[in-house]
Amino acid sequence: MTAVVDSGSSRHRRRFNWRRWLLLLIGGGLVSIVLLCAIFAELIAPFSPYDLDVSNMLQGPSTGHWLGTDEVGRDELSRVIYAARISIEVALVAVGVGLLGGTIIGILAAYFGGWIDLILMRFMELLFSFPAILLAVILMASLGTSMLNAMIAIGIIFIPGFSRLARAATNDVLRQQYIDAARVIGMSDGRILTREILPNVVTPLLVEAAVAFAYAVLLESALSFLGLGAQPPEPSWGNMLSTGRGFMAQAPWLGIAPGMAMFLCVLGFNLVGDGLRDVFDPHLRD
Amino acid sequence: MGNLRAHQCTDRPPTLAIDNLQVEIAMQRGLARVVDKVNIEVWPKEIVGVIGESGSGKTMTALSVLGLIPQRAQLSGEIRLSGQALTRLPEAAFRKLRGDRIAYIPQDALRALNPVLRVDMQVGEPFNIHRRTPWQEAKRRALGLLSAVHIPEPQRRAHEYPHQFSGGMQQRAMIAMGLALEPELLIADEPTTALDVTVQAQVLRLLREIRESHGTAILFITHDLGVISELCDWVYVMYAGSVLEQGPVETIFDNPAHPYTQMLLRATPTVGTVHEDLLSIPGTIPQPFELPAGCRFADRCPYRFAPCGREPPLLQANSGHEARCWLLVESPVSSAASIS
Repeated sequence: MTAVVDSGSSRHRRRFNWRRWLLLLIGGGLVSIVLLCAIFAELIAPFSPYDLDVSNMLQGPSTGHWLGTDEVGRDELSRVIYAARISIEVALVAVGVGLLGGTIIGILAAYFGGWIDLILMRFMELLFSFPAILLAVILMASLGTSMLNAMIAIGIIFIPGFSRLARAATNDVLRQQYIDAARVIGMSDGRILTREILPNVVTPLLVEAAVAFAYAVLLESALSFLGLGAQPPEPSWGNMLSTGRGFMAQAPWLGIAPGMAMFLCVLGFNLVGDGLRDVFDPHLRD
Repeated sequence: MGNLRAHQCTDRPPTLAIDNLQVEIAMQRGLARVVDKVNIEVWPKEIVGVIGESGSGKTMTALSVLGLIPQRAQLSGEIRLSGQALTRLPEAAFRKLRGDRIAYIPQDALRALNPVLRVDMQVGEPFNIHRRTPWQEAKRRALGLLSAVHIPEPQRRAHEYPHQFSGGMQQRAMIAMGLALEPELLIADEPTTALDVTVQAQVLRLLREIRESHGTAILFITHDLGVISELCDWVYVMYAGSVLEQGPVETIFDNPAHPYTQMLLRATPTVGTVHEDLLSIPGTIPQPFELPAGCRFADRCPYRFAPCGREPPLLQANSGHEARCWLLVESPVSSAASIS
């Protein structure tokens, strides 16, 4: 192998890179499994997640039903696979809402400063001061219970975090000389915002988005667990866990299966977030 | 040479006329007058040097011309670009001039380039901003500009990012961007300070080339006397916000009239001389919020005498050559101390 003849310093660098990419690889693997389940649920799931089979209810794991069946005889594995779809959908839209709203608010606050900054950021702090789950419940209560509202509610929870990050990154960029240089060649505010500032602040925001994704999955499950998210018979890790709780003694797999799925999914996105930060953060580079 | 400046005999107005410019900034320690009664003219095809140490107001003068002084700064006086008054021009109208009729080349090119955009996108940007040129065409024009400023292999280099360029190439890319729309006036703010000497010479040669080929007037701001003597036709010496001496470059270098200029020249090492007598000027430049009532240089001046308590006007030394020093009209009563 060619690596053997490499000099010591480059071997060292290679090993360092490998460690840096390892987190990303593990996280990426977990995330890909979840994503594949979400996209190809019809192909992967052995049964329909809705078909009742009362004669087979509360069966333990077997070769026919790998993760057993639930209280009305639905295949647990198929439901866990289909639930990935809802989690990913909700997380995508929610992170999208948070990223978009937060980026716009943060960049505008930093760029225009003064009272615009003051009002926007105080409002963000107001949102920040609520516990996330409480805020989500309040928002769901006022918006009404539906999947779309759950996505929006979770998205709104993310806006303050993204806006603070975007504001800090923008303040950093604004101190750079290329912003002055842009003014010197006659760029308008709009063009400076989109061409000079935006491309220079996306990296930290994308890293944050990966971590927020994990949190969104968790929040969606929490809302569904409380009955505010996905409504039965729609499978969601949250409401499956909620149902499984009632059968912990007779059929523990009903709680363990969605719980493990959630755990691995959240772990995957967190690892991707950490991995991305390590890859992009110049301070952590060798 | 005649005492009229290049093109002064034509009926065209000067490319840049700064008339009695004054810039004041309210600071905690008082009102700072950073530019005071400054008159500067740049005629078409002329390279005019402004020299001064840090804090002499040279950069603030340049920012005034670009309309980019800090918001809390108060500006008075007149600035005209080819006869058009720029002071009191609304920001939207000013923005149309920047990058189009006035270009600016900063000191640190790398920091002035956006790190995440390819070089051709940035050099072509003025076309898109001011002429609404489509990007494809703007990038093609950028390529032409990059080869005009002697970037090697422009086809390949145009697609690179700024950090992949050497310091000299970054500065040349900035110059290319400045030249994009063939501005009447190019303001170069210490463009060679961050470069090593051989690259410096290339950039200076390029600026001279541009003056010849495009007829661009250049206002060159620096603290480097060597660069001024090599490049400029006319020089303004600034000190503590005001012009202490101005004149044709040969006269200033051969026969400086103001003690500050004299000392500045003696403080500059030159090749081929022994520097036993290399001079440093004692004292520091006065703070802009506590300017002395009389001559600003009096505190550091070895020839100080009674009239220095009043501020001298610009007095004629030779035709075209003026200095703000009473020595030109009055002789000291007592014998002045020698500089050395």
